[in-house]
Amino acid sequence: MADQLAIGSRRGLRPALPLLLPAYLWLTVAIFLPLSAMVFFSFMTDLPLAGKEWAFTLGNYAAFFSQGLYSTLLLASLRLGLEVTLWCVVIGYPAAYVLAKVLKGRSREAIFLLVILPFWSNGLVRIFSWAMVLREGGILDTALNAVLPFKINIDLMYSYPAVIIGLVHSYVPYMVLTCYLTLQAIDDSLIEAGRSLGASRLQVLKRVIIPLSMPGLIAGAALIFVPVVGSFMEPRILGGRTGTFYGTVIEDQFVAVFNWPLGAALSFILLAVVLIILALAAPVLRRAG
Amino acid sequence: MRMPRLTALLTATAVFVSAITLAAQAAEEVHVLNWKGYGADEPWAVANFEKATGYKVVNDFFNSEQEMLTRIRTNPGLYDVVMINAAFNDQAMAGKLIQPIDVSKLSNYADIAKDKAGSPMLNHDGKVYGVPWVWGLTALAINEKSFDKPPTSIAEMWDPAHKGRVIIRDDAVEAVQFGAIASGQNINDIKDMDAVKAKLTSLMPQIKTFWSSENDWNQMVASNQIDIGTYWSGSADRAKTHFKLPVSLVIPQEGAVAWLDAFSIPVGSKNVAGAEAFINYMIDPKFYVEWVTKVGAPVSANTKAVDALPEDAFNRKVMGSPDVAKRIQFQAPVTDEQREKYLALWQELKVNVK
Repeated sequence: MADQLAIGSRRGLRPALPLLLPAYLWLTVAIFLPLSAMVFFSFMTDLPLAGKEWAFTLGNYAAFFSQGLYSTLLLASLRLGLEVTLWCVVIGYPAAYVLAKVLKGRSREAIFLLVILPFWSNGLVRIFSWAMVLREGGILDTALNAVLPFKINIDLMYSYPAVIIGLVHSYVPYMVLTCYLTLQAIDDSLIEAGRSLGASRLQVLKRVIIPLSMPGLIAGAALIFVPVVGSFMEPRILGGRTGTFYGTVIEDQFVAVFNWPLGAALSFILLAVVLIILALAAPVLRRAG
Repeated sequence: MRMPRLTALLTATAVFVSAITLAAQAAEEVHVLNWKGYGADEPWAVANFEKATGYKVVNDFFNSEQEMLTRIRTNPGLYDVVMINAAFNDQAMAGKLIQPIDVSKLSNYADIAKDKAGSPMLNHDGKVYGVPWVWGLTALAINEKSFDKPPTSIAEMWDPAHKGRVIIRDDAVEAVQFGAIASGQNINDIKDMDAVKAKLTSLMPQIKTFWSSENDWNQMVASNQIDIGTYWSGSADRAKTHFKLPVSLVIPQEGAVAWLDAFSIPVGSKNVAGAEAFINYMIDPKFYVEWVTKVGAPVSANTKAVDALPEDAFNRKVMGSPDVAKRIQFQAPVTDEQREKYLALWQELKVNVK
């Protein structure tokens, strides 16, 4: 009986096809076709519009390597991605732990709701509300000066920290959610066993909890790192004159100067770099896990 | 293999879209392509025009000059009237995107200032390819709260007293031409790019942020975060009259960048008569006075329209003064190579700020 079942599931691919079809059709139409069109564009000298001459070229990719500014910006964006991910771990992991292991019942639901709440508001609205909070004479500045006995001047708006704050706020729920799922799956008896065998709280954390929740940490980090490296809206609004990143330059190529081929080439270089980083990091992280 | 299929797909879509639009155009419509919120789409203006002529106006919008060119290129026959900055008229004509206009059909054309109507940017081989509509300046505007008396020099932007309270637009061409004025050069023939670069490099630490829309600028002043910055004359006028903000325009002694917006008729327009009627209405003094009073606008190219404004109106008194005319430099066409060079410089400056 068990053997038959095993054979059945192995042969099950064909009957499963109708179930997979909608998803794959959707992926083909919505992702594969536009993306391949973009790959095609990235090798062209100009867009193939009526009356415009175009030819195939590698020049768009060469532009990345011949001009130092693109690699400088890419490094800055990668650094931004790392910093935001790090802050998300620092803020999100303890919160996920408390949610999974300390709180129960109603209070857990309430806190969970607060974590997910940012997801329900539009990203642009979130960023503009940060603009109101962070600027000189804004909500944070006024509130702190009303409470503190001495005068301080808080003007975080249009700076690198403002970009970090805005991005961490937008992405920290991903970290909380992924870590919560893995932390919740850890059997409490493992922690109790460790404690009863004489391990300190810190040792239990280091030897039991963190290793077991590593898949969630990694998934969260990847979910955050990848979009942050390519982010453009948050740096543009919160970063001011320091808000030029790799993503904003790509946006400029598409929106301001209508050089889609160069924009597409820069995007694929970003994709390649991110994939290489994830591939290099995978074995290290797996060993750590 | 992918290429022919992709082309086929694109063509099929294009054919499909144009078939739909062809069917829709039957009812004597005038399709207008312009910036959003820029006169031609004012509801009262559209209603007046439709009542007077019986044509139906369909407005469509673009967000950049490049997008505008792409739109008329990819939708031949869709638009009847398109608003083109005079500096881009050349490019549109060379691409065979716009057709000559029979100005004898436009009763208001004779009142257009001779220097605007005769601009070599709009006339080619004795034919008129663009009807001048309005013109304006990219100059400086100040937050009145920060100044006892308005500054006169562009150097005010570099004054350490305004450190972190200066704003400029995130636009490569505008920034480079502004740098050319600050370094005493002709904006259309920049000889010393290094001087422009040096000027802009020393301006960067002064800057609070870059603006991209009128709204950005007005919000900055409303929350008292800036002292001075580059701004468009029509927008400064709107900020003051319409939004009641403490903003005033400064035309520095070193000069300012002037631009001229004009209407053209695309090749393949289905309703040339309607297009002519619409353009004639847009340069009519009655429309212009209403536009200035209700909303705020740049300066009309029609001298009679400007004369119809009150004596002390900003667009008549300041913009019309011969003293200002001497200082301003009209923007000439910018080639693609120049544009790319400017963009590279601008991006480099922005990256070096880090």
